[in-house]
Amino acid sequence: MRALCWTTGGELAVRQVPDPELRNDHDVIVRVRRSATCGADLPLLTGQVPGLAAGDVLGHEFLGDVVEVGPGVRRHRIGDRVVVCASVACGACWYCRRGLPSCCDNGSSDPTASEAEWGHPVAGCFGQPRAAGGFAGSHAEYVRVPYADVGAFPVPESVGDDRALFASDAAPAGWLGAEGGEVRPGDVVAVWGAGAVGQLAARAAWLLGAERVVVVDRHPGRLLMARQHVGAETIDRRDTDVAAQLREFSGGRGPDVCVEAVGGPAGEHRSLADRFTGRARVPEAVREAVYACRKGGSVFVLNGGARHVDAFPAGTVVHKGLTVRGGRQHGQRHIPMLLDRMARDELRTEHLASHHFPLERAAEGYALFRDRPEECLRAVFTPQ
Amino acid sequence: MGQVGTVVAVAGALGVAAARAARTAVIRQRTRRARHPGGWQVVTVDRPPEQVLPTGAWPVPLRRLDGAVEVAVAPAPGGRGTELAARPRPHAAWPGLAAHLLGDDPGLLVRQALWQVKQLAETGEVLRVDRTPGERGPVAPTHSFPPRADGPPR
Repeated sequence: MRALCWTTGGELAVRQVPDPELRNDHDVIVRVRRSATCGADLPLLTGQVPGLAAGDVLGHEFLGDVVEVGPGVRRHRIGDRVVVCASVACGACWYCRRGLPSCCDNGSSDPTASEAEWGHPVAGCFGQPRAAGGFAGSHAEYVRVPYADVGAFPVPESVGDDRALFASDAAPAGWLGAEGGEVRPGDVVAVWGAGAVGQLAARAAWLLGAERVVVVDRHPGRLLMARQHVGAETIDRRDTDVAAQLREFSGGRGPDVCVEAVGGPAGEHRSLADRFTGRARVPEAVREAVYACRKGGSVFVLNGGARHVDAFPAGTVVHKGLTVRGGRQHGQRHIPMLLDRMARDELRTEHLASHHFPLERAAEGYALFRDRPEECLRAVFTPQ
Repeated sequence: MGQVGTVVAVAGALGVAAARAARTAVIRQRTRRARHPGGWQVVTVDRPPEQVLPTGAWPVPLRRLDGAVEVAVAPAPGGRGTELAARPRPHAAWPGLAAHLLGDDPGLLVRQALWQVKQLAETGEVLRVDRTPGERGPVAPTHSFPPRADGPPR
């Protein structure tokens, strides 16, 4: 089959690789219909993320058709059109059974690798370095899906591919931002990032009853989409004092809930010396959210700079009595509900698929996604 | 002036290299400490003890280390299942391939075995990795994507 592979130094190339195979009883093989780029992939393209090997296949947000079923699979048959959660979780451990599948103990083929990175094993992910589980990505004709009864979901007939695709990752991530931030009716909610996840966090805030939703970004094109498709108010951070503007939006109190949904790496290094010594970057959006949030409010971190950041305003958290939480999406818990909302037209995501490419041109799609975020919200690849 | 500049640049480069090396050493030390090589390694299995060690027998992943590790089992507090612990026996002779894989960190092998026991008890299988790029073999690219010259993307 053909697949978009990572090569050394962050270069990408479409290659012929062997088809995936069933490796466990609960696996299915999915023929990919759509697979999307994601901001979480961007650090991989710098060549600075350890653990990727030349030939690893990228991509984790996808849907497709089941073409092969393992002997332990009960809920899927060949021919089912399914959306697959981007993270891999077992559905059987203590965390999964309590609705925290992104904290799954058994989502990796080598939990010790993830332990070394994060302190504990966490759910796996397709198309990421080995520490994320060792699962090939979805920018390919076929993908192996472990624990398929837990992580793959039939798509209602009325929901099109370009809508259902985002139930794989962006929609559950956005939902988690609003739900995890405990948005309540009447709340003022601020979302940092007008990408796919940020827009869907804003939409989730509306659906949970927020009274005002404000999206902060530095790309006018994305902010326009947030106004047009989500009905949010927007702040262009390039020419505005964000904190002052948010106080104005919220009667001087500050937003009740702040959601950080800025994809990719964190902000700049604090100094040239930090850059050379490889010290952590500053999490600009998280800092801004902590300073802006009302006293006793809630900050939910969806990205946090992807890896390690420094200069976190811990004192502000204490003095303002904030609740700061973070998380990766719990798609195994949220995807059925999100697909229902998509079928009811409460959640529309087609506009997020701003550019379509055949798989052969996937490298070009990534270049567009990385270099022209103003116009490219997500590049979507079609292998078939 | 040119020579002074060169000396300053070289000293700066050496300083940066030293800082990076020190940082790497600290991270490695932390990782080694985290693995706790000689002590008990513990995982909590979300199943009762009789399902973790049925009839008291060691499951396959631990059986491979038979004779080289001690194993202890206790109910986890709050109904969280079973705390399964293992640690290398002092001066144990590691069986088979394990002896070649150990290096200076027997704790890692013990820990991997414990996680496999846990996966087996909770999901009925040990999750296998997809085939690695090395197994797939090199194939000429058909379309490529050059890295950006001006640093990491934002």
